[in-house]
Amino acid sequence: MRAPNPKIRLPLGSPILELRQLGKSFPGVKVLDGVDFELRRGEVHVLLGENGAGKSTLAKILSGACQKDSGEILLDGQPAEIRNPRHAWALGIGMIYQELNLAPNLTVAENIFLGREHTLVPGVISDRQMRTQAREILDGLRVPLDVRARLGTLGIAQQQMVEIAKALSLHARILIMDEPTSALTGQEIRELFATMRGLKERGVAIIYISHRLEELAEIGDRVTVLRDGHSVATRAVGEVEVSELIRLMVNRELQEQYPRRRTARGAELLRVEHLTQNGRLRDISFVLHRGEVLGLAGLLGSGRSRLARALFGAEPIDSGAIFLEGRPCRIDSPGQAIKLGIGFLAEDRRTDGLVLMLSLRENTSLPSLARFCRWGVVGRARERCASEQYRRQLRIRSQGIEQSVNLLSGGNQQKVVLSKWLCAQARLFIFDEPTRGIDVGAKVEIYEWMNQLTAAGSAILMISSDMPEILGMSDRVLTLCRGAITAELDAEEASQEAIMRGALGVGASPASFSAASPSVAGEKVRPDPDAPDRFNRAQHEQVP
Amino acid sequence: MNKSPELTAPSPEGLRSAESSAVSVGRGRIGRILSRYGRQLGTVTGLLLLCGALTALTPYFLTISNLLNVVQQTAINAIIAAGMTFVIITAGIDLSVGSIVAFAGVVLGSALAGGHSAFFSVMAGLVVGLLCGAANGVLIAFGELPPFIVTLGTMSVARGAALVYTHGRPISGFSAGFRFLATGHVWRIPMPVLIMLAVYGVGHFLLSRTKLGRYTYAIGGNEQATRLSGVNVRLYKTLVYGISGLLSGLAAVILTARLDSAQPIAGIMYELDAIAATVIGGTSLMGGEGKMFGTLVGALIMGVLRDGLNLLNVSSYIQQIVIGSVIIIAVFLDITLKKTKT
Repeated sequence: MRAPNPKIRLPLGSPILELRQLGKSFPGVKVLDGVDFELRRGEVHVLLGENGAGKSTLAKILSGACQKDSGEILLDGQPAEIRNPRHAWALGIGMIYQELNLAPNLTVAENIFLGREHTLVPGVISDRQMRTQAREILDGLRVPLDVRARLGTLGIAQQQMVEIAKALSLHARILIMDEPTSALTGQEIRELFATMRGLKERGVAIIYISHRLEELAEIGDRVTVLRDGHSVATRAVGEVEVSELIRLMVNRELQEQYPRRRTARGAELLRVEHLTQNGRLRDISFVLHRGEVLGLAGLLGSGRSRLARALFGAEPIDSGAIFLEGRPCRIDSPGQAIKLGIGFLAEDRRTDGLVLMLSLRENTSLPSLARFCRWGVVGRARERCASEQYRRQLRIRSQGIEQSVNLLSGGNQQKVVLSKWLCAQARLFIFDEPTRGIDVGAKVEIYEWMNQLTAAGSAILMISSDMPEILGMSDRVLTLCRGAITAELDAEEASQEAIMRGALGVGASPASFSAASPSVAGEKVRPDPDAPDRFNRAQHEQVP
Repeated sequence: MNKSPELTAPSPEGLRSAESSAVSVGRGRIGRILSRYGRQLGTVTGLLLLCGALTALTPYFLTISNLLNVVQQTAINAIIAAGMTFVIITAGIDLSVGSIVAFAGVVLGSALAGGHSAFFSVMAGLVVGLLCGAANGVLIAFGELPPFIVTLGTMSVARGAALVYTHGRPISGFSAGFRFLATGHVWRIPMPVLIMLAVYGVGHFLLSRTKLGRYTYAIGGNEQATRLSGVNVRLYKTLVYGISGLLSGLAAVILTARLDSAQPIAGIMYELDAIAATVIGGTSLMGGEGKMFGTLVGALIMGVLRDGLNLLNVSSYIQQIVIGSVIIIAVFLDITLKKTKT
């Protein structure tokens, strides 16, 4: 391990890490496709991008959690391989994860030195030496923490400080922070930023991943935007406007691959008023009509799925009201939601949608089994018949209805989930990421079903991280940011920029960061009339 | 509530034909039967091999009287294991069955000794079993406590209750009418065997044909997805543990009738035999899989093994070692075979 010598300090601003044309693929997807990136000593470099733009994969490669496929990593100008997390530590790269990787039952000092305990004789730990060193590191960070406190008794912000201290005890020169402020309060964020400024002065370079644009202005020096695995542009924070960043994040060519056939908006089917879940969902109100696809856009953690689950009775609601066809109703359990005609295609088919070891037939009838039963005995002929019917209608490719759904492709599994809700005679469908991880052919079939359902008078609430899908399939779009609705856009108003602005909680047309502020709950944000046409070509710019 | 609109199949042009890309099996009918009942066939093969070996080793094994004896000895464990199968399919466990046998037995015995009718006393025993099981179920399903801990606790509680109820003394001397349940024969078949077959018939019907059975598999396969399909998971979990308790009560009735005595220390280690029979019979401890028939064969393997070791004059100390090893080997084989298959 490289021992840092505090006396020899390279000047601030010289590059410490460079990435050249970094590429990474997972089976079937190219996650990173030519990323260029430069990190300088003593800077906070913000990584910005939509869900799935490749930020987390980049962080994983740098922290040794996975390996690059192509491209070059230069550390201090020298080509380097990062073989595994331990090796990354040895190279001076520390990662502060979103969910903290510490042992809550151990003390602060024990956590800082976990795996590298000081020993007097082999196997016997010298607590005192460890505590003294831990104290020194925390003092250097100006963090007043009792090194003997159990970690579990500390708040999230303090635990984060312990993670940072741990990274410093490993002589980290590069820190990667993935959404460190997502669980912190305003005061805690200020303290974290003060600590980060201290680190900068010591020459530590920080890669900062965040969705919060207002933080960018406060702590960032430069920002690199990732989109679909490319690095699109790098800008100095002082010289860039919010609107430009948003354009860089979302600007991509849209293809008309969405066969949405709009139907006349019917009567109101669902009305939600002031729905609130303490701290998580804030005063959410909207209306959904028969024959309508309502898109729900937002970044990860914005509360999209939570809202879906709340409407389905799988999450408690603190206050607010839900009306179906104008009648108020209480939905305390999924069973009640199903009785009211709500179907929920959950985000994760394998954990929330299907019982993988059971057959097509058993999965299809699961929510509506009572319909096939007399005195609790399943009418097998009727069940088989219904299951066959849905298999044919949905063109599920399987070896018949008795095959277990485990080995079906993602698209066919999703169709089985859809068949559950068709069989349960739902008329309000909540699609949470309906086409994630399924092939193009099956995607088009799912979209075709959305057309069929709305044409027949059902309504669909569609959550999606896939911006073209939201734009292509929705009749109306709601954007959600930190648990509150920030914009409602009809099909004409909806553009990638407008949606991203809503998802980031940025006001309508702030000229610069000073004007950017988190929007107030319930505030309707109208898109900037001057926003460029959404069919603008992507500009691959690179600022040296 | 409006009925959902009639839906027709979408017919977008350019969609790939469903049939053309369907995965072909190429294994045919036998393959399908093997894949569905393969695990049970394995267990049956194991039983036949064991019987063959014992027939070769001792002339006393393959006689009508010995075989009847084996089945009769097996009945009590098989009945408890039937309930255990339900529980383990939900990915749970019930360690309290042996203690429930003792508690239900002494309640039944004292009712008989107190002059109540055999019918009333048997009902009392069954109800005690059912209530103990349901208590397990409520704590697990509504209290969201781990099944292992809850049933470990009730294992001690029920045992203590049996001892308190009888002041630690056995209750003996019952009427011939009651004892008929264990010693009687109908069409030359011993009563315990008949009761066992009835339990397996009903159990098989419940698991394969009813809503309860379907939900049992679904909960064990994926509890979260089952809840999100609107199933009242808590209710069905409670029912499943109730069934396990009820069958422990039934086992207590037969045991008390056979011994002509209700003992507060009866049923010790019964949970081991029941779990072993279930697991040897192919029910996965991870939940979601298992068949009544498999458990019956598993219980017979346990019974034949004990009988054979007795016939071969193996000491009861060594028997314990053998039986424990067999359980571990059976589970090991099951897991390795499953790994190689996928």
